[in-house]
Amino acid sequence: MISGAEIMVKCLEAEGVKVVFGYPGATICPFYDKLYDSEIKHVLVRQEQNAAHAASGFARCSGRPGVCVATSGPGATNLITGIATAYTDSIPLVAITGQVRSDLLGRDVFQEADITGACEPFVKHSYLVSRTEDLPRVFKEAFHIASTGRKGPVLIDIPMDIQLREIESFEYPDSVNIIGYKPNVKGHAVQVKRAVEAIRASRRPLIVAGGGVLSSGIKPKFRKFADTTRIPVISTMMGIGVMPSEHDMYLGMLGTHGKAVANRALYEADLVIVCGARLGDRAVAAPHQMSENNTVIHIDIDPAEIGKNVKTEIPIVGDMKNVLAMLNEEIGDYQVPNQWQEAVKAWKKDLYRVPPKFEGFVEPRSLVANLSSMLRSKAILVADVGQNQIWCANNFRIREGRFLTTGGMGTMGYSIPAAVGAKFARPTRDVVVVCGDGSFQMSLNELATIAGNGLAIKIIIMRNHRLGMVRELQDFNYKGRHSATILKGDPDFLKIAEAYGIDSAEANSNEEAEEILKGVVKSDKPFILVCNVYPDTPSI
Amino acid sequence: MQYTLSILVENQAGVLSKISGLFSRRGFNIDSLAVGVTNDPRVSRITIVANGDEYVIEQLEKQLNKVIPVIKVKRLTEGAFISRELILIKVHCPAAKRAEIIKTAEIMQAKIVDAAPNCVTVEYCECNSRVNTLIDLLKPYGIREIVRTGTIAIDRGSAGVSV
Ligand SMILES: Cc1ncc(C[n+]2csc(CCOP(=O)(O)OP(=O)(O)O)c2C)c(N)n1
Repeated sequence: MISGAEIMVKCLEAEGVKVVFGYPGATICPFYDKLYDSEIKHVLVRQEQNAAHAASGFARCSGRPGVCVATSGPGATNLITGIATAYTDSIPLVAITGQVRSDLLGRDVFQEADITGACEPFVKHSYLVSRTEDLPRVFKEAFHIASTGRKGPVLIDIPMDIQLREIESFEYPDSVNIIGYKPNVKGHAVQVKRAVEAIRASRRPLIVAGGGVLSSGIKPKFRKFADTTRIPVISTMMGIGVMPSEHDMYLGMLGTHGKAVANRALYEADLVIVCGARLGDRAVAAPHQMSENNTVIHIDIDPAEIGKNVKTEIPIVGDMKNVLAMLNEEIGDYQVPNQWQEAVKAWKKDLYRVPPKFEGFVEPRSLVANLSSMLRSKAILVADVGQNQIWCANNFRIREGRFLTTGGMGTMGYSIPAAVGAKFARPTRDVVVVCGDGSFQMSLNELATIAGNGLAIKIIIMRNHRLGMVRELQDFNYKGRHSATILKGDPDFLKIAEAYGIDSAEANSNEEAEEILKGVVKSDKPFILVCNVYPDTPSI
Repeated sequence: MQYTLSILVENQAGVLSKISGLFSRRGFNIDSLAVGVTNDPRVSRITIVANGDEYVIEQLEKQLNKVIPVIKVKRLTEGAFISRELILIKVHCPAAKRAEIIKTAEIMQAKIVDAAPNCVTVEYCECNSRVNTLIDLLKPYGIREIVRTGTIAIDRGSAGVSV
């Protein structure tokens, strides 16, 4: 005989899961008891939201769904923000929650929360398991749904009696058959032909690369395509890292907080090839304007994204991997007209300007710009939300590594737990967090997870004593009335670091900051660098 | 623009809330919704009648297709489908008006299925516009209650929606 809880563990093992992030409680205890005997590593976070963020960081760096676990009621509701973040950012997660006994469902007993109901708008799919026998099929489907098509979180809610009940035997299915779920990954040959004709006919084609290029795992092939065709590339926030920053045909991030030259290129292009991006309002503030000026080819695995925000002349539904291969085949040795290449090269010179310094402070944009050269080429930079995120997005010189941030949901507090997940996925890579003093305090509890697991994560706090990005918004739109954006009563972050047993230092100039960083970035211990930043430093 | 969607779904708990949630989340009202199991007991068919412009309808169709237990979504073409709705109307009916009301029902081919000293109940099964005509005709007598099943619809001829 085998219990539901043991089956849950065996399902995870069958999926090749090595690490899960979670927080226990009564209704998930049967599972935790069985997990105790398993090889799977459990990482105890300090709040459930961070279990989901850590699973997200893990998923993005490993290419496999991240797994997070919580108990029923408050444990499950704490997960929601993390699940919603993964949903908006299209990150594959499997979230497992305990639930009260099935005969008590709906009676509002202790720690009962309708989590499948509450998560409805934020999950790709969810299950409230009603029979122990269903567990293997449900897990198989959950991993399949999370990691195929447009990726996203799947929730499995499992009542305690289902975990405790014993059944005859366990067998993990080797295939799934969900009649309503057959994502179209292939790419339509005729549409690809039309796209290539349009590219050939255009004088100023431009690629807008989004997170979809990264999640389909084809960065090298994509770079090769851009290299051979010489089609210039700009990226969305989720697409940063698709191209190396220094590439002569790459013009940075578009959007309200993006690079002027990227927006300029978008405006001047006569053909825009959107690759795995949804073009939200922060990326293209006036989508109708965009499509007035140019023809749009939109390649996306999610048909619902095509035509949603931007009018599209040539839609191609499919996995970037397959569509890119077809495009490559069809396009032969095509190259972009010289004139357009020259225009892009000229703009490229304006991509990175050296911002003015403020005496006695660290200039955050310059620091981020120099950060890459101190790290190994595959380094992972995790940015939080706010000005710190924009400073990173626009100035980090990415090479072979990753840039992780939540571009879709913009959840403050994402960076530290996501870095924890990233470090578990890629223990040999440099993992650096950049956050604000506000966002740091949203997840500083996870310093315990970092210390407890000896994770060599370097955290750079850009301290401006402000909720900087909102402060800036108030300066622009609310007559500079700083309502609730000045941080008062903050603790001494160095003492916080010390309390967690993490080495730390403070810097008041870029020279000082870089000197300190050079000494610690490659060490195998965590480190916190507090950079005092001039409070009125702009985002761009 | 009014449109009719025919949706095949896996017959399981929670599907209806997923589907109605897609509408409510976007602030769209559903004019009518009817659900019933099909000839395959694992599959239910939902018929939704709602209003929206072309962009909204296309978005909804695509979003509906993303719901995992949704098997198929079809927008029925105006004029190319048969639709029916069953309605029960309880009408205020003093003895003096009885003959008139019975006549009205007869003209519309509706049935009187119950009567009491001061009211009658009319049953009617027709397309949406004829149902509305009957309601308009009975309004002057004083309608006490209306119960409607919501519209169900099927393609004309051999066209159809199947798994
Ligand atoms: C959970 C959450 N709450 C509120 C916000 C709104 N918000 C966006 S940026 C920002 C300020 C962030 O301040 P800080 O972390 O200090 O970074 P800075 O902008 O100063 O770099 C706030 C409050 C958010 N994005 N996420």
